[in-house]
Amino acid sequence: MMRVSRLTLVLASTTLVLGACRKKPVVAPQTEAPPAVAQQPTRPANTTPAARDTMEEYRTKLAATRARLLETIYFEYDADELRDDAKSNLDSKLSVLNANPAVKIRIAGHCDERGSDEYNIALGRRRSEAAKRYLTDRGIDASRIETASFGRERPAVQGTSEEAWSRNRRDEFEIIAGGDQLRAQ
Amino acid sequence: MPQTTSFSVSRRVTRFRPVAATMLVAMMLTVGMAAPSRAAAQAQPPGVSLSTRYVAGQKTSLIVLPVKGANGDSVSTMLSRDFDYSDRFNLVSTSSAPVVNGPPNYALFSKLGVDGIVQPTLLPSGWVRVALHDVSKKAVLNSKDFPLPSPALSPAWRSAMHGVSDAVEEWITGQRGIAQTRIAFTRGGRVWIVDSDRANVTPATPSGMSPQWLLGGRGLVYSVLDGVRNPIMMTDLGTGSQRTLASSSGIEHSSPAVSPDGRTVVYARGSDTGTDLYAMPIEGGASRRITVGRGRASTQPTFSPDGQRIAFMSDRSGHPEVYISDLDGTNVELLTAAAFGDRDYRAGPDWSPDGRLVAFQSRNGGTFQIMTINLRDQSVKFVTNDGRNDDPSWAPDSRHIVFSSTRSGTRQLWIVDTETGRSRQLTFGSEARLSAWSPRLLSQ
Repeated sequence: MMRVSRLTLVLASTTLVLGACRKKPVVAPQTEAPPAVAQQPTRPANTTPAARDTMEEYRTKLAATRARLLETIYFEYDADELRDDAKSNLDSKLSVLNANPAVKIRIAGHCDERGSDEYNIALGRRRSEAAKRYLTDRGIDASRIETASFGRERPAVQGTSEEAWSRNRRDEFEIIAGGDQLRAQ
Repeated sequence: MPQTTSFSVSRRVTRFRPVAATMLVAMMLTVGMAAPSRAAAQAQPPGVSLSTRYVAGQKTSLIVLPVKGANGDSVSTMLSRDFDYSDRFNLVSTSSAPVVNGPPNYALFSKLGVDGIVQPTLLPSGWVRVALHDVSKKAVLNSKDFPLPSPALSPAWRSAMHGVSDAVEEWITGQRGIAQTRIAFTRGGRVWIVDSDRANVTPATPSGMSPQWLLGGRGLVYSVLDGVRNPIMMTDLGTGSQRTLASSSGIEHSSPAVSPDGRTVVYARGSDTGTDLYAMPIEGGASRRITVGRGRASTQPTFSPDGQRIAFMSDRSGHPEVYISDLDGTNVELLTAAAFGDRDYRAGPDWSPDGRLVAFQSRNGGTFQIMTINLRDQSVKFVTNDGRNDDPSWAPDSRHIVFSSTRSGTRQLWIVDTETGRSRQLTFGSEARLSAWSPRLLSQ
């Protein structure tokens, strides 16, 4: 389920890039892509093979950048401390956010089904705040990050195994502004 | 203190002595529920007048006579079941009743071990007459005609019949029963209501969770975690109207509690400063902060019966425990600590309507059980020992508790009698949780 949704995100972001190129060529100068490439979808016949390769590369890079920014981070049971893998994930989000000052994100904390349902709303809130604090402590303006909690109410994966629980103890990331101006890294 | 009842019990309790009785009750509780030894210190003569019979290990035996006429079977079945669910009586099956024409043959009922005969009669007016016979006195102890709304078997008719059960129970025990109550709960992202005998499972709100009852059962306060404004809502069960009590963007409002006078709602507010308790007038107005957690969480408030204090859970010490404070947040005391290890987990407190006990969930060996703590001497008692159990809520009799449990597989609501340990399943089907037992319902 997680894999599917992430794939959907990648596809969606690719579609967004294509859409942006097609409908708003003015966006192109703000990207690192050469102007000729931005017009590629409307006049594919005129595009050289080299330019098409560059476009493909750029699209791939942009999708990867977006995926990095949106990648879910995970927590231990009943904990809001950031794990080492979550910290390195946030470090790479940090560079994306630094390179894209117009981008604003929302972080939503989630819990597994264990523990008190109502306390889990508070725990999810702390998980989102932990990620936000990591980013703001490293220079990201707090106004660029919203936080929320869904407690255990919106599991990513159904099931009562540790495998399912570990996929549900998470922070999800969402771009709430500036996504159409995202620059690939 | 145990009182003698007008209902004769001489056959069983001629040599009743309170001290021995207390010890016996304690032993019964300990054996029945694997309670810690502290339970013995906490046991008290339960109930009002029937405590003497629990001591003897024998409850008052009742039989409900067959009822003639259309829906007569439903009348005797409902009354029998309500008496059974009260956990205060032994029920002798209606089908084994000797034929009664005119005065009952009390000697025959005595041979069946019956103490009391409940004799309902459906009247041509649609009312029901109920006579209670005391077998040992060979006399009618009480008789009354009760109105029943039509049509028969409708939810209103069933509610009235539960009211009859509760009245008869009061004749016998001195305490009104809890058959005429309902339980609100959370299922599939909305609030539902079920009658105490698990009939009439009905959706009550379009969305939401964590319901709490308004005075007299007239409405519900609940929370909605929609990811937008996450409001505290109120619904009037008579009109179905919905009203927003607290709501703002980027904030989680959750876990509401209604004060006993119905004028104040306390809820948890989650923001970038943590999750803290706030109080607001139910008619609307500014919210007042109660706890200052500085990033730690306080949630799950429950009012004392006098409305002056609240119990709630907080992880301010590093792990979840139950605390008590005044309504303004001062005079905080840690309620659950002494008896437990450091890294364990207590949550979901609910203050009993009689003010004596707080029920809560406690993680023991990885799984949650429902426990009670006596506010006078801090003694604790297990009331569950099977499966994972969460979110206790007291019945108005301060004796039964509804909670969610995984003991049958999917999480469902169960009811336990804290005095005998007897439990029964209340809901079936998809997951049910976060429940609240209604107060006594205002006249139907």
